[in-house]
Amino acid sequence: MSTTTVTAAPVVRPGRRRAKRDRTLTNYLLIAPALLLSVIVVVIPGIMTAVLSFTDWSGASFDNINFRGAQNFVEIFADPIFATSLKNNLIWLALFLTLPVIIGLATAWLLLRRGRMRTVYQVIFLMPYVLAPVVNAMVWLSIIYNPNGGVVGALGLPGPLSSLSGALYAAAAVDMWHYWGFLTIVYFGALRQTPMEHVEAATVDGANAWQIFTNVYLPSIRSTLMLMFVMIVIFSFLAFDYIWLLTQGGPAHSSEVMGTYAYAFAFGSFQFGKAAAVGLIMSAFGLVASIVYTVMSRRQLSQR
Amino acid sequence: MTTNSSFGKSAMAHLILGFFAFTALAPLVLVLINSFKSNAEVLNSPFALPGQFSFENFTRAWQYGNFTSGFLNSILLTGTTVVVVLICSSLAGYVLAGEKVKAWPAIMVYLTMAMTVPIQLFIFPLYAAAAQMNLLDNPVAVGVIQAAINMPFATFLMRTFFLNVPKEIEEAAMVDGLNTWQLFIQVLFPMVRPGLITVGVIVGLNAWNEFLISSTFLQNPDSQTLTLGFLSMNGTFSTELGTMMAGALILIVPVLLGFISLQRHVIDGMASGAVKG
Repeated sequence: MSTTTVTAAPVVRPGRRRAKRDRTLTNYLLIAPALLLSVIVVVIPGIMTAVLSFTDWSGASFDNINFRGAQNFVEIFADPIFATSLKNNLIWLALFLTLPVIIGLATAWLLLRRGRMRTVYQVIFLMPYVLAPVVNAMVWLSIIYNPNGGVVGALGLPGPLSSLSGALYAAAAVDMWHYWGFLTIVYFGALRQTPMEHVEAATVDGANAWQIFTNVYLPSIRSTLMLMFVMIVIFSFLAFDYIWLLTQGGPAHSSEVMGTYAYAFAFGSFQFGKAAAVGLIMSAFGLVASIVYTVMSRRQLSQR
Repeated sequence: MTTNSSFGKSAMAHLILGFFAFTALAPLVLVLINSFKSNAEVLNSPFALPGQFSFENFTRAWQYGNFTSGFLNSILLTGTTVVVVLICSSLAGYVLAGEKVKAWPAIMVYLTMAMTVPIQLFIFPLYAAAAQMNLLDNPVAVGVIQAAINMPFATFLMRTFFLNVPKEIEEAAMVDGLNTWQLFIQVLFPMVRPGLITVGVIVGLNAWNEFLISSTFLQNPDSQTLTLGFLSMNGTFSTELGTMMAGALILIVPVLLGFISLQRHVIDGMASGAVKG
């Protein structure tokens, strides 16, 4: 490394010192575009959101903004729709931490011993994941959940998206249908790294397939499991696309989540101050998980 | 273990994997068969094969979904995102991989946090600011915003590719008197080419498919991306299912073809675990 060679030398010639300084400057210039872009698009507007969440901002311009203290937060926490949103985010979280994780693990494990067909399965499993949420949502909306002409109608069932109790689950089903294949790929990538000696040793010891899975494979992919776990927690609090596209939070706010609740404040009733407040609350939920994620992924990176 | 039981196990595994492959594919197959059918045929049964192959649905979908301008806008937006991300993330990934600045651990923590920030934390002031600067309905501006969102993940991935470049190669290039620019163009970029492709493909997919920011910033039909044009059909054509399915198929086919031809890069990039849901 350049630093050690220069400082270790007993006599530092000015020319070399200048060269080192130039190289440091170059390195900061190389990393600047990435950081600058992130600061302009994410950090500065993020700070503005934090400030504007205490105002009656209408979104039309940055003039004519009045501070209203914590009033936005008081109103949001008193709003039963916010309570529904939060509850729905938690249901979303519970669904995503179970079904896609179980399917992802099971399919990844079965893929381990497949030969040529392995890639074919992986490609098929990932197909819904690589398609746009708009496309996936519209396909389910019109040809599956549609009571007039869709699969649901052909089976004589009512449309699930207009059901007060079922809309959230119907939207979650589409999102999970599109998501689980991604987990298969990630888990499979991790399972492959399990040292074969450990698997063979367990086989010699007479362990059955299930014991090998729980005692050898699962501990070996522990860090990946945890990382995905935290990822799912974060993204469950941020859920937006599929709910907005399929139900817009309805019927009667029954499938509202914090993401749609915030968006409707801004672009439905032009209460940008309130939307900012909800955005800030969402971020607080995500932040806790983010910190856990940061600590964990740092540790995983340092292991590599 | 007898051959018979291992054959049984293998058949069982294929049965389960096949079942999940079926659930992944079934909705897409429904799109395919219904896209050729008249509305009456779809209403009669969504499962039946089309009686005749009519392409009328496709021309109608193309026209009413504004697909010509949609394709152009999507290409413009996605191209902007990919170019900006590739340049910025590879330069940053190089610096971080070599731990070339003192602040590198802080920058890594910052990028990890930035990767998990909700869009709702910054979209409202960003939208208002873009409106003031006349940047709404501008696919290039949305492309730059998407680039900023994809940057942290892309930088991490590029960093891992730069970690695999032997230090001696860079030192040898320096001894040969190459400047930083020549070092990148002649030595480093060719070596991390697989990384550039993987990042480009995954970021390109993200930008092509993105919904929340594009739908907020691109409201004028002339500026809308392919997916937004298709979405706008839903209002008028929600009862014309054949046309809706034809529109869906037009959007699905290019993405799946691209994915299948580049699947190695997509799968490897995702298996590294640093992709958002």
